Amino acid sequence: MDFELSKEQTMIRKMVRDFAENVIKPRTVEIDTQAKFPLDIFKQMGELGLMGIPFPEEYGGSGGDTLSYAVAVEEIGRVCGSTGLSYAANVSLGASPIYYFGTEEQKQHFLKPIAQGKVLASFGLTEPNAGSDAGGTKTTAILQNDEYVINGEKCFITNANYADTITVTAVTGKRPDGKNIISAILVPANTKGLKITSPYDKMGVRGSDTAEIILDNVHVPKENLLGDPEKGFKQFLYTLDGGRISIAALGLGIAQASLEKALAYAKERSQFGKSIANFQAIQFKLADMAMEVELARNMVYKAAWLKDHNKPFTKEAAYAKLFATETATRAANQAIQIHGGYGYMREYEVERYLRDAKLLEIGEGTSEVQRMVIARQLGC
Amino acid sequence: MNIYVLLKKTFDTEEKIAVTNGEIDSDGVEYIINPYDEYAVEEAIKQRDAHGGEVTVVTVGDEDSEKQLRTALAMGADKAVLINTEDDLEDGDQFTTAKILEAYLEDKEADLILAGNVAIDEASGQVGPRLAERLGIACVTTITGLEIDGDLAKIDKDVEGDVEKLEVNLPLLVTCQQGLNDPRYPSLPGIMKAKKKPLEELEIDDLDLEEDDLEPKTKTVDIFLPPEKEAGRVLEGEIADQVKELVSLLRNEKKVL
Repeated sequence: MDFELSKEQTMIRKMVRDFAENVIKPRTVEIDTQAKFPLDIFKQMGELGLMGIPFPEEYGGSGGDTLSYAVAVEEIGRVCGSTGLSYAANVSLGASPIYYFGTEEQKQHFLKPIAQGKVLASFGLTEPNAGSDAGGTKTTAILQNDEYVINGEKCFITNANYADTITVTAVTGKRPDGKNIISAILVPANTKGLKITSPYDKMGVRGSDTAEIILDNVHVPKENLLGDPEKGFKQFLYTLDGGRISIAALGLGIAQASLEKALAYAKERSQFGKSIANFQAIQFKLADMAMEVELARNMVYKAAWLKDHNKPFTKEAAYAKLFATETATRAANQAIQIHGGYGYMREYEVERYLRDAKLLEIGEGTSEVQRMVIARQLGC
Repeated sequence: MNIYVLLKKTFDTEEKIAVTNGEIDSDGVEYIINPYDEYAVEEAIKQRDAHGGEVTVVTVGDEDSEKQLRTALAMGADKAVLINTEDDLEDGDQFTTAKILEAYLEDKEADLILAGNVAIDEASGQVGPRLAERLGIACVTTITGLEIDGDLAKIDKDVEGDVEKLEVNLPLLVTCQQGLNDPRYPSLPGIMKAKKKPLEELEIDDLDLEEDDLEPKTKTVDIFLPPEKEAGRVLEGEIADQVKELVSLLRNEKKVL
């Protein structure tokens, strides 16, 4: 066994940390309070090659691996949950399905500019009545004269207001057993009939764009179908497995930040004539936080490693997502507790960690869905 | 243009310095490229992009120095050379380093050599100027601007906050001051390409040097941390009384007036 990151992975961590500290960190408070998507930061991240880490050079990527990508998400999440979420969604949900399932032409046309960081992309799966039950998709795509005509509604779609391409899931037919066939279709964001709005006022990850999409007789060429028309459902389950690793990495980053802030404050804050880090009540909290952060890190990296070695990773990705995001919430909550009254104030930033962390227990498969996935993998 | 950069690894600026048994404790310490050397790497890449040629980054160090060299390659340097003295030299100082670099560079026909103004650890600022002297080429320290036109370098040199403008012929060695440029982040493709770029490892044998030639000219007598700052004292009361008290304290207690 080898628990060391490679030289390249170490360099990537250092570069992303420097970038996050110098470029993103000074803006995190403004990104949260103004709920403003930092498009310029995404442009810089694109120029540095961060959008293409896990994709080969021939598709505009950097030829890195999932572990490097997880490390990058962790480092960005450590300073800004909003930026981390939009980054993870762009790579794991925007770009990855095209890389996994796209034809050579689709990869050249749609994936390349995303991996090069020139444009952003979204994944339109969730609907008002199809959340955890993704099979309940109501959006339809009907093939007419070599075109798909798509009608329906998508909600809570990350980055859609800034996306060039949206991969939309839609019902394209019925199987003999009466179940819906769900396919994925690439829809350019400027297609007529597509209406993208942002009606949400969120608790956390406020600077990450979240959109509602109405598809009203949207026509796209039938060549825009992504992958196997019959296996759209399986495809997005695989996509979400990969996405879970990145959301887990984001939780890890927020948990790490919570630990660092709480530890620094505990050493500095003095009550009853000594630093509160001397009190066992605080020490035990910090010890638990540090332990859980490290355990989460090991699980996240292992899930990424399994994926990089083409081994099954569904169960481990669910472990990682479940544990790391719940660790983030616990760690952020304890960080506020250690900060006391100051922690409740925005100025100290730990309250933002809690608001940001909470989303991670819900998005890309709730904690409950992760437990379902694990139980299913156990053979229940 | 044939460009060389002298690079040293130093403690990460976040590291706390600890002294054990008269030596600086380096266990588990994270290293970075000396920040002034980062300006040198950035400037070398810019000059190469403008005038063509090749950038070679050279370090005198140990096995672990490879990480900093790879980072420079990831930023865009073309080649790296690690002169590993770990097994051959017990000790070294600025004389040692300059002499090793001279042996490496004397037949390289460098047009431009860039170094940091100082290394942030020992901060002697001597290796660059000593090397230029030994190689018999011109040297300008603490530069904040560099424009090369043919054989002529137009240089802005920081002189305690003022700027001195100089024109110097190549070949030339410069040391880089803060303000010269804004070092780039190594990009992801840069990092991935860096592992395929050539990194040559040499020992002093390969440079026809022996340990005796490199005996340091200085001796470290003692290493100690600065004394901890004592708690200050805040004077209270009317301003006029505070001033009186302060003067009296400075005169009678501290005896500095």
